[in-house]
Amino acid sequence: MARFDPGDDSVVVIIGSGAGGGTLANELTQKGLKVVLLEAGQRQSSATFHNDEWFAFNQLAWLDKRTTSGSWRVAKDFPNLPAWICKTVGGTTVHWAGASLRLQEHEFKAKTTYSNITGANLLDWPIGLADLAPYYAKAEDKMGVTRTNDIPGLPGNNNFKVMYNGATRVGYKTVHTGRMAINSRPRDDRSSCWQLGFCFQGCKSGAKWSTLYTEIPKAEATGKLDLRPQSQALQILADKNGKATGVLYADANGQHNVQKARIVCVACNSIESPRLLLNSATSTYSSGLANSSGQVGKNYMRHTTGSVFAIFKKPVHMYRGTVMAGIIQDESGLDTSRGFAGGFEMETISLGLPFTAAFLNPGAWGRDYAGMLDQHNNMAGMWIVGEDMPQERNAVTLNPTEKDQFGLPIPNVHYDDHPNDLAMRAYGYKRGAAVYDAVGAIRTIETPPYPSTHNLGTCRMSESPRDGVCNKWGQSHDLKNLFISDGSQFTTSAGENPTLTIVTLAIRQADYIAGECAKKNL
Amino acid sequence: MKRREFLQKGAIAVAGVAIATSGAAAVSYAAPWTAGLKAFSEHEGETLLKMAREIFPHDRLADSYYIKVVHDLDQEAQTTPASAQLMHDGITQLDAGGARKFAARSSAEQVAGLKRIETTPFFQKVRGIELVSLYNNPAVWKRFGYPGASYPFGGYLHHGFNDLKWLPDPPASASPKAS
Repeated sequence: MARFDPGDDSVVVIIGSGAGGGTLANELTQKGLKVVLLEAGQRQSSATFHNDEWFAFNQLAWLDKRTTSGSWRVAKDFPNLPAWICKTVGGTTVHWAGASLRLQEHEFKAKTTYSNITGANLLDWPIGLADLAPYYAKAEDKMGVTRTNDIPGLPGNNNFKVMYNGATRVGYKTVHTGRMAINSRPRDDRSSCWQLGFCFQGCKSGAKWSTLYTEIPKAEATGKLDLRPQSQALQILADKNGKATGVLYADANGQHNVQKARIVCVACNSIESPRLLLNSATSTYSSGLANSSGQVGKNYMRHTTGSVFAIFKKPVHMYRGTVMAGIIQDESGLDTSRGFAGGFEMETISLGLPFTAAFLNPGAWGRDYAGMLDQHNNMAGMWIVGEDMPQERNAVTLNPTEKDQFGLPIPNVHYDDHPNDLAMRAYGYKRGAAVYDAVGAIRTIETPPYPSTHNLGTCRMSESPRDGVCNKWGQSHDLKNLFISDGSQFTTSAGENPTLTIVTLAIRQADYIAGECAKKNL
Repeated sequence: MKRREFLQKGAIAVAGVAIATSGAAAVSYAAPWTAGLKAFSEHEGETLLKMAREIFPHDRLADSYYIKVVHDLDQEAQTTPASAQLMHDGITQLDAGGARKFAARSSAEQVAGLKRIETTPFFQKVRGIELVSLYNNPAVWKRFGYPGASYPFGGYLHHGFNDLKWLPDPPASASPKAS
């Protein structure tokens, strides 16, 4: 592995090693660029992961304190944990479930398609499906997505069996075991899926794609990657001429260091990325870095989510096998006759007993609640994930009073559900319950949203520098050598799990960066 | 203690509490179980036990599983003075809420008493710690038939991941055979 000098200003500094940053690091080093990859968390491995929900949560999750506000129920249930994302090498690709769906053409044109929705700060992406299609293909091949590249689908587990039968009985047509970045057969020197049932806790079989054991070791093998775990970026440094010059970070011992940079890429997920830009304010950039539009941190999206769990007379053992074992796609299209804009996917989900108790109905207690938990072995479950509306007031801001261990303001995450989100969730709950009722559910349970795993939109792409933070390459409108490389680029959320698109954008961004470097534009 | 900070409102509790505590086993059979408590009196221990049972009542679970919860609450009280005070005061408040002390009331009266205080930091603290102490206890998993880790036996691929028989199998187009 490479070690670059802190004063070496020819390196690309990438902050964050997840889907965006980890992929970008590999792509750039394969093209011969030198990369310093800063990651706030520690490095784990399949060997150090635990099939234990609470242990893994404490091992992997980003637990630094955050505050919340707004009407979303997460602010009540988890006031200091708005997001369930990771602080570890590999970022949230360690925790993700693997669902890998392309965005749909009309979703890139949300403003045009949905027209004006009151209260929604809609905007069309500056790119469309045609721009991304070749990169989607590369991402699917890289990640080994099932049902692409002649890779067979995964075998369905019991939870899927219940979903499939219910779905087809209510008339749904597109129901299968999904497009998953989980090996259905050995590929890319990784095992096929053992059906462990602990996708969220870090995959111990290595079948699930994670930058931790794919992109990052491949980048290390080039001799061009200097990975620095337990290194939390505190501030991006910039000169007065619109150029990022380096990154101030705290290392494992809490020592402050500056790494000089030719290019800085921000990939810290949609809460920390805007926080870092806002915390990088100087007299020259008084509202934060890359924030001439005032849109840094704004338009925070987290997908319209909710879960439906159902109790049956006979056992299901939903926790056996892949967590997202199957999908119903019939509701994902454009159909405003349902009473809302946008669509949603219905994907199986499962929780073990400890997390079922924690999340089935947060805060609940008493005989009725305990009685539901008594039926854990007889439960099936699905997660609804749909497009939510960007709203300017839904924002990541700096908490005016509370500071973190480095003395920097912690982020506050404000989210009010838009009426469109509420209508979609209510409809999704009803349809999910119908699926389970069709196969004899004795009870269905509407489970409120978990802390967000899909955090999007806080440094959005825009054609005009007035409307967003970065251009169609993720390059900030204000500083040409500062890039946004994670899901905060998303102009709108679309209805699909975002990781495949984050990886796709990273591959595309790497091509652009390498090209601009070759042309001496960067 | 950053973890404790997001325990606020009991929404998420910390596994460490449950994992770190196993003091219950050391108590002699002759002494009442409350003899092992350090921060709580016998009466307080009995009150917390009744409270823990009513918060997550499972008829299949013997008192011993809830006694472990009280020991975890005791551990919390020993390490965090503010929590100890919160729980001492909360128990006093529970007892004051009726003609008889809380532990002597009927189950229905206990539930009604807890309902009145369910939004208090005391209730949230007890519920939050119990949530992890009870449901993250492998002995409780056994009673529920939840196996916990599957890695030691190689996952469910050959151990029933698709063994459900009360519904027909989906076609191979939707759910291919394992390769």
